[in-house]
Amino acid sequence: MTNPILVDYLRWIVLAPLLGAAINGLAGAWLQKRVGRHAVTAVALLPIGIAFALAVKGFLQLLSIEPEQRFLLDSVSKWMHIGHLKVDMAFWLDPLSSMMTLVITGIGGLIHLYSVGYMSEEPSYWRYFTYLNLFTAAMLTLVLGDSLLTMFVGWEGVGLCSYALIGFWHREWANASAGSKAFITNRVGDFGFVLGMFGLFWALDRTGQGTVVFRELAQRVHLLDGQTIAGLAAATFVTLMMFVGATGKSAQIPLYVWLPDAMAGPTPVSALIHAATMVTAGVYMICRLNFLFDMAPTTLHVVAAIGTLTAFFAATIGVAQWDIKKVLAYSTVSQLGFMFIAMGVGAYTTGVFHLFTHAFFKACLFLGSGSVIHALHHEQDMRHMGGLKKYMPITFWTFLLSTLALCGIPPFAGFFSKDEILWKAFSSPLGSPVLWAIGTLTAGFTAFYMFRQVFLVFYGEYRGSPGGHGHGHDDHGDDHGHATTAHDDGHGHGGHHGDPHESPALMTIPLVILALGAVLTGFLNVPGALGGHHVFDQWLAPVIAKAAHGEGHGAHGAPAAVARGHGVEAAVEHEAKVLEHDLETVEHDVEDATWEYLLMAVSVTVAFGGILLAWLMYRRKSLDPSTFSEAWSGGPYRAVYNKYWIDELYDATVIRGTLALSNLLATFDRVVVDGIVNGAGWVVRQVSALEGAFDRGVVDGLVNLVGSTSLALGNRARALQTGHIYSYLYAIVIGVVVVMFARLL
Amino acid sequence: MPTNPLTWMIFLPLLGAAVILCLPRDNHSLVKWTALAFTIPALLLAIAIYQGFDRTTAQMQYVTKIPWIPSFNIEYFVGIDGLSVTMVLLTALIAPICVLASWEIDKAPKAYFALFLVLIAAMMGVFCALDFFLFFVFWEVMLLPMYFLIGIWGGPRREYAAIKFFLYTMVGSVLMLIAMLALYFHNDPHTFDLLKLAEARSTYSSTFQSLAWLALFVGFAIKIPAFPFHTWLPDAHVEAPTAISVILAGVLLKMGTYGILRVNFPILPEGTLRYAFWLLAALGTWNIVYGALCAMAQKDLKKLIAYSSISHMGYVMFGMASLTAEGIDGAVLQMFNHGTVTAMLFLLVGVIYDRAHHRNIDGFGGLASIMPVYTAWVALAFFAAMGLPGLSAFISEVLVLLGGWRNYPGLTAVAASAVVLTAGYMLWAMQRVYLGKPNEKYLSLPDINRREIATLVPLGIIVIVLGVYPHAILDLIDTSLQHLNGTVLAAGKAAGAVASAASGVAAH
Repeated sequence: MTNPILVDYLRWIVLAPLLGAAINGLAGAWLQKRVGRHAVTAVALLPIGIAFALAVKGFLQLLSIEPEQRFLLDSVSKWMHIGHLKVDMAFWLDPLSSMMTLVITGIGGLIHLYSVGYMSEEPSYWRYFTYLNLFTAAMLTLVLGDSLLTMFVGWEGVGLCSYALIGFWHREWANASAGSKAFITNRVGDFGFVLGMFGLFWALDRTGQGTVVFRELAQRVHLLDGQTIAGLAAATFVTLMMFVGATGKSAQIPLYVWLPDAMAGPTPVSALIHAATMVTAGVYMICRLNFLFDMAPTTLHVVAAIGTLTAFFAATIGVAQWDIKKVLAYSTVSQLGFMFIAMGVGAYTTGVFHLFTHAFFKACLFLGSGSVIHALHHEQDMRHMGGLKKYMPITFWTFLLSTLALCGIPPFAGFFSKDEILWKAFSSPLGSPVLWAIGTLTAGFTAFYMFRQVFLVFYGEYRGSPGGHGHGHDDHGDDHGHATTAHDDGHGHGGHHGDPHESPALMTIPLVILALGAVLTGFLNVPGALGGHHVFDQWLAPVIAKAAHGEGHGAHGAPAAVARGHGVEAAVEHEAKVLEHDLETVEHDVEDATWEYLLMAVSVTVAFGGILLAWLMYRRKSLDPSTFSEAWSGGPYRAVYNKYWIDELYDATVIRGTLALSNLLATFDRVVVDGIVNGAGWVVRQVSALEGAFDRGVVDGLVNLVGSTSLALGNRARALQTGHIYSYLYAIVIGVVVVMFARLL
Repeated sequence: MPTNPLTWMIFLPLLGAAVILCLPRDNHSLVKWTALAFTIPALLLAIAIYQGFDRTTAQMQYVTKIPWIPSFNIEYFVGIDGLSVTMVLLTALIAPICVLASWEIDKAPKAYFALFLVLIAAMMGVFCALDFFLFFVFWEVMLLPMYFLIGIWGGPRREYAAIKFFLYTMVGSVLMLIAMLALYFHNDPHTFDLLKLAEARSTYSSTFQSLAWLALFVGFAIKIPAFPFHTWLPDAHVEAPTAISVILAGVLLKMGTYGILRVNFPILPEGTLRYAFWLLAALGTWNIVYGALCAMAQKDLKKLIAYSSISHMGYVMFGMASLTAEGIDGAVLQMFNHGTVTAMLFLLVGVIYDRAHHRNIDGFGGLASIMPVYTAWVALAFFAAMGLPGLSAFISEVLVLLGGWRNYPGLTAVAASAVVLTAGYMLWAMQRVYLGKPNEKYLSLPDINRREIATLVPLGIIVIVLGVYPHAILDLIDTSLQHLNGTVLAAGKAAGAVASAASGVAAH
């Protein structure tokens, strides 16, 4: 990598939303009361606009330079320069962080706009926007930070904001619990992240080159060759630990449990944080460290396996949910699994491309569900919806387009990104047909549960009470104390109109823009087999280590790792296979294209199959879903409906185990450790009493102290009267002052 | 007149105590304002020292050396280096905050503030003293006011707590006294001069190093407090009035770790190397995890924070044990950061105790809806204590753990698991006290008032600034600490102990 171009505006991408958060945080309540909500709105939205403008500026500047030189750096100040550690508060913009910055400020800006409408009746309006701005600043720090440590600032910062926003309606105990759960689960991941970082730093430091700065890491990772940590190859240990961090933030098995609960937050938050941006941090991090993951084929296998499992299991759970947001939440977990499959087979840009398209259509879906929830006064149960198509046409059409994108129907965005992942899972030397098969099956599930949702929500007859008041989990009106008045107004308002109604323009405009993204963004990365040029992949190419990247297949991590003398036998074996495969792929390029068409056809057919099944069950109703749920009620259905009892399992083992240990140690502390102390005290007291009886006349310094102690113990009430204090005090003060000052002055 | 600001900082509070004793007993407000007036100059001097401190040298600065008891070669010898300057700053900062936090004391305020000022003087003296005897005198002087402040102004079991504190510390003092005298008589001519004692480090035999190190260590470990000498702390905290808890956790605990770095490290480097693994790294790790787990089980909010102090002081031990630049800088930064963060925590517990007259975690609920400004401060302090990046404690904890990894990766993994435990007990407490439905009983509690906010603002600013720009402190301490660390490592090399230490380290 060449020398960075130094700039000084990147910091404002982060600082602008941070300032917005600071102003609204300190003066928002006052502004809202004295000046009005629009003042809070202005303070919150203006910085996002500035950040977006600067993100565009950065993007254009990158475009204007040679691909290999695309690297801007804004070093603000030194942060930690201690020993061998040198970390600055510095932000960098390369093709990857530029893409992420555009998504965060662009989609984030739309969601801010939407929130103005969605939260218009919220009494703590200012607090909401404070958190939202703070989140944006943290997320931007995560992607713009030029070292693992600055990234970690954003990494934990988004966790904090997620905590605050999940528990935004904190009077509801369940919301507060969901927030704590999210933060603590994420902390488990963070624990892995920091250990990976420490291991990496010291392994490099052994060669005199310790660093956590990305651009230096990229140049120095080869120094990890031949080093081991905890019995594993250093690169394997580090990447496994980092991946633990990724499973926390990106809600993968085994740490995904917090994300469905996170739906307790306001719906725009679910769209921004728990779908479009924060949860993709793990994917971003792996792509950022692709040169490191390339060295660790073992880790890549783990990543692919976890991704596949998560994608599949989350999709099966999504099939049986009734809460409109929960379906989308499990869908998000599942789609993140797809991204990790891509990472695990070394197709980093493909995974990031899915991150990109997913941000559009999933944000649109969440905002669409928010629009529905808003119209139905916080009803979230799909059994009380139906027929909304005619009441909310814009919401319906945008929701439908995004659903098609999510299901991977051509030519919508998800088709290009998801199909590319499936293709790479099949064709990459690190992939296998098994990954492809499970992925394709999952795609079928996805199409089924998404169209189940579309039919339940938008088709048929409206099953809610007109102007009715919901029973959903987002139902905060009742318990929100000072919110009560405002929400009563809201409900009254709904009652006047009777039927559900389309949301205001502030909410529908973002929906339309995002839906356009869901339709169009796929064309950014049309594969060669379909006559495209992989524009998106080419944009990211400078970020990906040379060894790792090839068109579709070919070269990737494993040979690099082995060539560097990695010494892991499995990797050697792997290399042999890979080389063999490389030769084959060169020979059978044409054949590959045929395969690609074939697999594409299969996955699209499977998706349509899912849609058809949903149509038969929930639209035409020629198939009764309850026959399935009843037929399987003893087994699979109950398991899926209860989310495989994973929450219960964690509660029974990890949480109860920790609490039991904690109680045990606290009791040990009180009874044993303190017991010994009190026992010793008792013995001293007895001895000193005896001594006192036999030897009252003997007084020296030490005995005096013991004596005064026993006196104090014996005559507690009298010994510590304030009246006596003055004599002690005079003695101390005068004694010390006289003795010492006399010498000094 | 003495020109050394350190001398002023030590003796002005004492003078203040004397002045307060001469004031009329019933004029409470005059007493309070006088106490405040005698803590402010030290703060101003501390700011001047912060500005003027030479960050490029490991030498002692602001030195005054006057014979005190010439027949025993005892001197009034004060001065500060990068290690002590942070502690002097911390003490000078916390003192006026504690006076403000004591504003509502109405039981014999005259005696209270006089004792308080004596306490401040003694602590300042400990951090400035470079003569071991002087150090010891201040160490002991600190004991008495603390004993009375807990024993008279404390809660229901105050006398038990005060005596426990007193006895524990006395045991430590006795051991310290023995080691001090041994060092004194070992040198010829006899001296208590800490710098001279350190220069003579190569003359101490291996056995001597071990014994003296252990004796000193126990004396200091009680103050930290390190397991199993820690049980005085929760009791003392629960019974102590708010301001005394603040000073106890904010400053007094640091005397323990400060003592190890000031005395054990430079004077007995071989002993330091010998015991670094078991008594600093392993015990520090145990402190971190044990403190966190015990905190989780507490029902009293103040006790929870007391145990969190035990946990957070474990980081200091772990960091200094690492014998790396990162770890030792992190340890001293953690001493400073813990001082500010935990001071905030205890001040905030005091706020709620003053209003509800209890601290039972399960006895509140939904305070965020009743006292929103107060809860915002609690959130800041809690997340700072959790080591959230962007706030001060994150920097020190990361430096400590990073440094620790180099020689003790396994222990580091155990210690780092506390990031999960800490988040667990902090958020669990946060949820029970502040979130959920508001408790009907407390709907009328007034929010935090201006005086209370005034005590928190300086700490809050420091917590944020040091999270963003830690070099504000790191620059002060780095030169001295690298010198100190180098001393220990060099002595190890000289004694050929490095091989054994290294193999010991590698084995772990």
